[in-house]
Amino acid sequence: MSSDFAIAATNVNFWYGSFQALFDVNLKIRRGKVTSMIGPSGCGKSTFLRSVNRINERIDNIRIQGSIHVLDKNILDPDVELVQVRKHIGMVFQRPNPLPISIRENILFGYKIHMSTRASKRQQDDIVEQALQQVLLWDQVKDRLHHKATGLSLEEQQKLCIARLLPIKPSVLLMDEPCSALDPKGTEAVEELIWELHNTFTILIVTHNMAQARRASEECIFMLMGKVMEHTPTQEMFVTPKKQETADYIEGKYG
Amino acid sequence: MHHFATTGINQRNSRTQELFRLLFMMMTVLLVLPVLIIMVTLIYKGGAIVTLDFLLSNPLDGMTAGGIFPALFGTIGLVTVALLVSVPIGVAAAIYLSEYASDTWLTRLINLAIINLAGVPSIVHALFGVGAFVIFFRFGTSILAASCTLAVMTLPVVIVATRESLQSVPMAFREACWNMGATRWQTIRRIVLPNAISGILTGVILEVSRTAGETAPIMFTGAVFFTPFLPQSVFDQTMALSLHLFVLSTQVPGVSEALPYGVALVLISIVLLMNSASIGFRMYLRGQKKW
Ligand SMILES: Nc1ncnc2c1ncn2[C@@H]1O[C@H](COP(=O)(O)OP(=O)(O)OP(=O)(O)O)[C@@H](O)[C@H]1O
Ligand SMILES: [Mg+2]
Repeated sequence: MSSDFAIAATNVNFWYGSFQALFDVNLKIRRGKVTSMIGPSGCGKSTFLRSVNRINERIDNIRIQGSIHVLDKNILDPDVELVQVRKHIGMVFQRPNPLPISIRENILFGYKIHMSTRASKRQQDDIVEQALQQVLLWDQVKDRLHHKATGLSLEEQQKLCIARLLPIKPSVLLMDEPCSALDPKGTEAVEELIWELHNTFTILIVTHNMAQARRASEECIFMLMGKVMEHTPTQEMFVTPKKQETADYIEGKYG
Repeated sequence: MHHFATTGINQRNSRTQELFRLLFMMMTVLLVLPVLIIMVTLIYKGGAIVTLDFLLSNPLDGMTAGGIFPALFGTIGLVTVALLVSVPIGVAAAIYLSEYASDTWLTRLINLAIINLAGVPSIVHALFGVGAFVIFFRFGTSILAASCTLAVMTLPVVIVATRESLQSVPMAFREACWNMGATRWQTIRRIVLPNAISGILTGVILEVSRTAGETAPIMFTGAVFFTPFLPQSVFDQTMALSLHLFVLSTQVPGVSEALPYGVALVLISIVLLMNSASIGFRMYLRGQKKW
């Protein structure tokens, strides 16, 4: 495995019961880049993302074949500790899902789980400030760190959901339509944030928004019915798509 | 004529609608009636006798006069010990079923068992209690045996109430935790339980307060008709309001009419008090919570 790639999926097949959702997926996601994933509804984008941090496994009756190397280790191997997978691979969901605790506690939640020693109050303050600074949220919330995070606006909540991943220093951020619950202004703010973060993390983002894929990603993957159709630099895909299906989708011929 | 004028169809529909509304309302009022009649009768016939002195003094003259303190004390004790036994077990079982167990034949069997346990008549619980707690575990006829019997009886409702509160915590919170690498237990302890605990407590109290009035399950396992002494430990026998009421109305000659009514009033008041407290508590907590 070349370490140019943060995620390397080889021949991944995935079933929900008897329904096959992914067919021989082969993908290599470049380290330190933003890669977007597009495709019509139900084509398996979320399924792939959720396989990469193994959150799918809580569903009964699923089956997965193939290998998914993240940081040069197959995370489907039996000797892999789930907690470590989740630590290194953070995920942001479509609907912001801050925990019903204070803003501060939200940021410290993951940190407290993964650190063996207790941080001092001072260190914790620093962690909270740093994470919130990084997502450009600090100035808005610094006076109400002890308020419930569920009271924030959706945009702020989504930023918080990104911020709370940062203290545990993941290498990969998976984002499943992170802007679809936000208004245009919120979308712009979060996109900007993704762009800010992309040098530090490898980001794989699912989106239904062509303009967003085009603006915010360096490489683009087009999926259709559980298969990868095309994976090229974003500009190339939007200017000279190789496959007819890709062209059709980009032009809006599928839902 | 304009477009929005009433037509014949509208009139007929609204007459039918009114008819059904009244019908349903009457049924609802009918529901309240028995409760009202019971309360009014009890207060009318027994209200005068219930004084602080009545609550706090011993029965006299072969239980035909005096107060009900030992029985009141016994009932509170029985319910408290029953709660102490059933809540930890029931809550743990509910947590397992709702947070850990996946859907297999075993969990289905367990769910079936819970439903059936809820359907077992209380007299059967009583006999089970005698066999299991009085004889097999050698608790003797005692508060402990009686409370354990009550606890077994209330386990299903404790489990169901707890499971409902746990399931009212949105799945998204759990996913968020797991995604940051939290184990199931960390998720339960830090997020699920803190958000469910108020519902669990109030739900459980609401369901369990009913056991204050149970007679059969305690009759053979720990409650006695009369004892001049207050219990010193959970291994002693005790009087209880429900049994006291039963005895007064069926076994003791020459009881004044007011006495059983007074006892019934106290018994019902305990249940209502517990219920109102837990409902009030629930409403208060609901107002606090926002997500
Ligand atoms: N838990 C599940 N059980 C059974 N089938 C599922 C489950 N989750 C998803 N599927 C099916 O798997 C296929 C892929 O779903 P997935 O959620 O990955 O699509 P998606 O590309 O993310 O779609 P969307 O753009 O609507 O989010 C769909 O046909 C869906 O119906
Ligand atoms: Mg999806």
